[in-house]
Amino acid sequence: MAELYITKKDSSKIIKYNKGKMCWERIKHFLKELIQCHTAFLGAIIVLSFILIAIFAPFIAPHDPLKASIINRLQPPFWIDGGNINYLLGADEIGRDILSRIIYGSRVSILVGLVTVGISGFIGTLLGSFAGYYRGRFDATLSRFADLLLSFPYLIFAIFLMSIVGPGFFNLIVILCFKSWVNFFRLSRGEMISEKTKEYVEAAQALGVSDLKIIFKEILPNIIHSILVLATLRVGYFIILEASLSFLGLGIQPPTPAWGSMINAGRAYMLSSWWVSTIPGIALLILVLSINLLGEGLRDILDPRLKLE
Amino acid sequence: MLKINNLCTNFFTYRGIVKAVDGVSLELKEGEVLGLVGESGCGKSVTLLSILGLVPYPGRTTDGEVCFKGENLLEKSSNEMRHYRGNKISMIFQDPMTTLNPVFHVGEQIRESLRVHKHSRISKRNEKEKVFQLIKDVGLPSPEQIYYQYPYQLSGGMQQRILIAIALSCQPKLILADEPTTALDVTIQAQILDLLRKINKDMGTGIILVTHDLGVVAEFCHKVAVMYAGKIVETGLVDQIIYDPKHPYTEGLLKSIPKIGNKKNKIQSIPGDVPDLATLPKGCAFYPRCSQHMPKCKKNEIPLQKIEKERQVSCLLYKKV
Repeated sequence: MAELYITKKDSSKIIKYNKGKMCWERIKHFLKELIQCHTAFLGAIIVLSFILIAIFAPFIAPHDPLKASIINRLQPPFWIDGGNINYLLGADEIGRDILSRIIYGSRVSILVGLVTVGISGFIGTLLGSFAGYYRGRFDATLSRFADLLLSFPYLIFAIFLMSIVGPGFFNLIVILCFKSWVNFFRLSRGEMISEKTKEYVEAAQALGVSDLKIIFKEILPNIIHSILVLATLRVGYFIILEASLSFLGLGIQPPTPAWGSMINAGRAYMLSSWWVSTIPGIALLILVLSINLLGEGLRDILDPRLKLE
Repeated sequence: MLKINNLCTNFFTYRGIVKAVDGVSLELKEGEVLGLVGESGCGKSVTLLSILGLVPYPGRTTDGEVCFKGENLLEKSSNEMRHYRGNKISMIFQDPMTTLNPVFHVGEQIRESLRVHKHSRISKRNEKEKVFQLIKDVGLPSPEQIYYQYPYQLSGGMQQRILIAIALSCQPKLILADEPTTALDVTIQAQILDLLRKINKDMGTGIILVTHDLGVVAEFCHKVAVMYAGKIVETGLVDQIIYDPKHPYTEGLLKSIPKIGNKKNKIQSIPGDVPDLATLPKGCAFYPRCSQHMPKCKKNEIPLQKIEKERQVSCLLYKKV
């Protein structure tokens, strides 16, 4: 009888519970695991610093990103002969400071990545949850539509639509979302289907809990971790996609600094002044790589099945 | 209180119609405990799910009536049914590990059931008090601690107690217990059964207990119904069934209980397999496995006949009184 009353974890340590403290404990636990996973921690730090740079761009950037000065045209970075310490990473074809443009350009990349993932993740998860829970005709229709969208190569699809509606930040977001909800839809639908057969759902039904509550308050908290991981990985993907479209002149329009259009601008000077397009490329590489590292790490942390004891 | 009449639940599969519950009639008076026994796949659980209207797709209840306090539950809309589920009729499941939602504190899960049925609107603070009380009622100590535990931090017996607390939260008139002790070891089993018995006595809650453990039935139930292949083959008071089984299937079930100290003899079993519910033979479904079968068993469906007071058997060996 006695052992029945002792919890598996040593309960003597736990003295007093309150909700805020519990929440803090969980965050602490999460951070601890994140730090233990070195690559994810590195990714997290880099992503975080990029976000901070984007927010405080006006205070950090040494120059006005839009101000051209023809004297400094194609100025090389400071470590190359002829470089100037005032232009740390050199200047582009009309003499704008590349470092400042990268700092401002990170705003576009991060904003596009986050907003697109936010919107498409929300829509996709919502539709996927309903489709997976109710199945039937609603699910069949949406799934076929999703298959249809998936069968287009993404970039061609985006180029096609962008050339119809024209470039611009708002159009870009809409078009990226138009297709990307599908990934969230399929993931949450699949998870919902497998989760729905579990007994706790049946128990909730037997308790008289309404369908909406079962979907959002019982099942969704059980599958949110995989959606979070997908979301993180998709952010990197969208940043690349935005850069590709900007490179093609269909995304963010000049003179607004965006990494994709910067890479494109330097294309003509590739042989003589490689830094004009290489440096934004490296920035893009670092950001997307660290987002992916963070995403992989999150998957390891959040998915208990991948945990090695 | 509960009267089930000719309940039929079919599963419409690609292979054909599977008659999981085929004309089941049961009656339960207030404060009674009814044991529903039978081997795996004979329709016990589906019977319970049919009462709550929760038969999973592609199943459907096609015929019969489930009268709960004079109202036919099968005619209720799904919204009206929600009002019954967990509130007037609640259910306890077999495997407490999977029945609790792994990502919430168990206390929150008990509280959820209080919140779902809003007529018992209690203020937030009282809600918590009520949950503590419920945790105490099911025999768990220090409810303040238990409240903030996750299901995995509790042992199987404690989890089952939490499930019972959830089932009790709205003071239902009827509890459907679907093999509540199967996943637990024997000592915990006894504790859980004691708890259920206490609930039955103190609150007068009727219980339908689905099990294949005849020991549990003998100890705990007032009445027993034996199911085979979707049909009830024998009902009666518990002593009648245990000490004087009439139907050859019940007899076989009782004989197949292993006895302590009986080393030499093999466990007696009923020869043959459970019939395929999609292709049931005409006549008695137990016919191919029955030791006392007669040619006429095959011919017609055999109705339940009253042979004694409170006693019904569907077997041609016995004459109607």
